[in-house]
Amino acid sequence: MSSPPARARVAKEVAEVIATRRVGAYQHLTLVSPEIAELARPGQFVALAVGDESSATLLRRSFSIHKVSPSGTYGGTVEIVVSAVGPGTRWIVARAPHDLVDVVGPLGKAFPVPTEPVPCVLVGGGYGSAPLFWLASQLRERGCHVEMVLGAASEDRLFGVVEARRSCDGVTVTTDDGSAGHRGWVSDVLPDLIDRTGAGVVYGCGPMGMLRSITDIAGRHGAVAQVAVEEAMACGVGVCMTCVMPVVGADGQTRMVRSCVEGPVFRGDRVRWDAFDGNHARVPDDAVGAPRTGGH
Amino acid sequence: MADQQSDKHTDDRIDLSVDLGYGKVLPNPLMTASGCAANGAELHRFFDVSQLGAFVTKSVMADPRSGRGTPRMAETPSGMLNSIGLQGPGIAAFVDTDLPWLASVGARVLPSIAGSSSTEFAHVAATLRASRAFAAVVGVEVNISCPNVANRGLVFACDPGASAKVIALVREQLPRDVPIFAKLSPDVTDITSIAAACVKAGADGLTMINTLLGMVIDTDLMRPHLGGITGGLSGPAIRPVAVRAIWQVRQAMAEGRIPVVPIIGVGGVRTGRDALELVAAGASAVQVGTATFNDPTAPVRVLHELTDLLVEKGYQRFSDVVGAAHGSPLPPRPVPVDERSRA
Ligand SMILES: Cc1cc2nc3c(=O)[nH]c(=O)nc-3n(C[C@H](O)[C@H](O)[C@H](O)COP(=O)(O)OP(=O)(O)OC[C@H]3O[C@@H](n4cnc5c(N)ncnc54)[C@H](O)[C@@H]3O)c2cc1C
Ligand SMILES: Cc1cc2nc3c(=O)[nH]c(=O)nc-3n(C[C@H](O)[C@H](O)[C@H](O)COP(=O)(O)O)c2cc1C
Ligand code: FES
Repeated sequence: MSSPPARARVAKEVAEVIATRRVGAYQHLTLVSPEIAELARPGQFVALAVGDESSATLLRRSFSIHKVSPSGTYGGTVEIVVSAVGPGTRWIVARAPHDLVDVVGPLGKAFPVPTEPVPCVLVGGGYGSAPLFWLASQLRERGCHVEMVLGAASEDRLFGVVEARRSCDGVTVTTDDGSAGHRGWVSDVLPDLIDRTGAGVVYGCGPMGMLRSITDIAGRHGAVAQVAVEEAMACGVGVCMTCVMPVVGADGQTRMVRSCVEGPVFRGDRVRWDAFDGNHARVPDDAVGAPRTGGH
Repeated sequence: MADQQSDKHTDDRIDLSVDLGYGKVLPNPLMTASGCAANGAELHRFFDVSQLGAFVTKSVMADPRSGRGTPRMAETPSGMLNSIGLQGPGIAAFVDTDLPWLASVGARVLPSIAGSSSTEFAHVAATLRASRAFAAVVGVEVNISCPNVANRGLVFACDPGASAKVIALVREQLPRDVPIFAKLSPDVTDITSIAAACVKAGADGLTMINTLLGMVIDTDLMRPHLGGITGGLSGPAIRPVAVRAIWQVRQAMAEGRIPVVPIIGVGGVRTGRDALELVAAGASAVQVGTATFNDPTAPVRVLHELTDLLVEKGYQRFSDVVGAAHGSPLPPRPVPVDERSRA
C-alpha cells in the first residue's frame, strides 16, 4: 500500500505585532509566533488572515518568511516583508504594534540545500529577496561561497541591500531605471556571475518572468535553478486546488501540482514555463489527465 | 492540539447523534464539504479528522484529471469563485491510497463521486464498493452538479430525468445499507422537482447546496478573470440561498410532495450560529466548505460552537432542532424493510 506522504507540522497562532517599520516601498513586520518560529525553514511561507473572524475578506494572504528568531526577548518571532498592492496587503501593513493577526504556518517546502559546499548565487526580485538572507546564512554555515543579486524597478523597491552585504560573500544590485547599482535586469549580470563563481545552484525568488529567465540562464551555464513561485492561493494549506502549476515530476510526466504544498520552491527546469502567459497557466496537452478535445 | 480535543466529538451534555438511515449513525452532525478539505491528510495536521461526524472527500471521477488552467479563483465579497474543473487522481488511486488512509485514522467517510456520463458514475461507484477500505464508508455523496457530456455539458442536476438516471444507476452498484445522497445545484427554477426526482430514483438523502454559477471580469485586462471564464460562488455570501433551498425541500416533504429523507446542509457556514440556521431550516447534518480556507480548524470549531449554542438554548437532543423553524413536525419517516426485520 502506498500512503499519502507524511506532512510536516504546522501551527495556527494569534500573533502580536511587536514591530513594524517602513523599508523603502515595503513594510517590515515582526510577529510573536513561537511555534512557527520553531518549525520554519528558509523558503517556507505564512498565511495571514485579513480582518477578524467576521471579515468579508475570507482568503488568507501569503508571505515568504523573511527571518525567524526562535528565542527572542518576546518569545519566538517571525518576520515578513509586505508590499501593499491591494486591499488585503493594505490592511496588513496598517497593523500597529500590539495589534493581533491570525497566522498559519510554516507552509510549503523549503529551499533544498546542497550536501557539498558548492558556490551558490541567490537572486531576489523586489521583495522576493526577503527569504534569501536567512538561506544565505545557512549556506555559508555549510561552507558554500554565496553571492547575491538584488534587482528591482527602482531603488525604493530593492529590499535588504545592507543585509545582503553582511550575509553574503558578494552583492550585485540592478535597477531598471539605474537609480541604484547596474542599470538593467538581473538577467544581464547573472551569466557572468555564474561563470565567475562556478556556481552549482542558483536560487531565485521574485516575479514569474524573472524566475523563468533565471532558469534559462542557470541551465545554459551549468547550474541548477531552485525557484520560489507565487500563485494565487485560496487556502495555502493544500485543500482547495486553486494554486496549481504545470510541473514535470520525477517520472517525466507533467501534472498540475499545488504550489502551496509541493512548492513554492520548485526546480526551475521542472516548471512548464511554456504553458504560462501573463498570470494564466494552460494545462499542457501532454499533462496527466489533460482535457481531451471535446471533453471536460 | 488535536489530542486535547479528540474526546470532544461527542458531548455528555447533549445527544448529537445523527441517523443517516440503514443503521449508519454518526456521533455528530459536522462534516467537511467536498472539494474544500481534499482527502483528509492536509487538515489532519490541524485537527483529528475522526472527530467529525463524517469526512466528505473531493469528488472523484473514473480517470485522473488535470482540472482547468489558472487562475482558478477570484475572491468576492464574503466569498469566492472557483473553477477547478474536478481535478483528481481517479477512483483507482482514491481507493488505493486516500480511502485506506482515512480508514486508518478512524474517519467515517462520505466519498463524493462524479462523472461526465451516468455510466461513469456507475463505474466509479462499483470501484468504490470493491475497495478493501469500504467499511469506512458511511454513505456516498453523488455530485450531480457536474456537466453531462451527452447533453452539451448541461449539468445533470438541472434536469430531473438525467439526475434520476444517475441516482438509479449508482443505487444499483452499492449495497442497500449504504445510503446515497444526491448533491443538488441551486441554479434551477424549482429545486423541489429535482429533489423529488432523485428521491424517487433511490436517493436516501439530499445534500444542498453546491456552488452558484458566477463570473468576475478583470477590469484591467477587460477579460474574464478565471481561466474557465465562469466559476462556482461559495462562502458566507451564499448562505441565504442554502437556507432557502433546504427550507423549500423540507416544506415539500412536510406537504407529502417528496418522501421524507435526511438533508445535509451546506453553503456559507462559518460559525455555529450559521450551522444552526441550516439545521433549523431542515438540515440533519452540516458541511463546512469555504470557511475552511479562512480557518483550517473551521469544521471542528463550528462543531464546538454549535454544541455550546444548543446546550445554552436548553436542547438535549440535536435531532429535536432539525427543521425547528417550520414549527410543525414532519410526517414519520417510513422504516425501511431491512431495518424493520432487524428490530
Ligand atoms: C508563496 C507566496 C509568497 C509570497 N510572499 C510575499 C512577500 O514576501 N511579500 C509580499 O508583499 N507579497 C508576497 N506574496 C504575494 C501576496 O500574497 C499578494 O500580494 C497578496 O495576496 C495580495 O493581496 P491583496 O488583497 O493586497 O491584493 P489583491 O490583488 O486585491 O488580491 C486579490 C486576490 O488575489 C490574490 N493574489 C493577488 N496577487 C497575488 C500574488 N502575487 N500571489 C498570490 N496571491 C495573490 C490574493 O490572495 C487575493 O485573494 C506572496 C505570495 C505567495 C503565494
Ligand atoms: C474550491 C472548491 C472546490 C469544490 N469542489 C467540489 C467538488 O469537487 N464536489 C462538490 O460536490 N462540491 C464542490 N465544491 C462545493 C462545496 O462542496 C460546497 O457545496 C459549496 O462550496 C458551498 O459551501 P460553502 O459555502 O461552505 O463553501 C467546491 C467548492 C469550492 C470552494
Ligand atoms: S492554495 Fe489551496 S491547495 Fe494550494
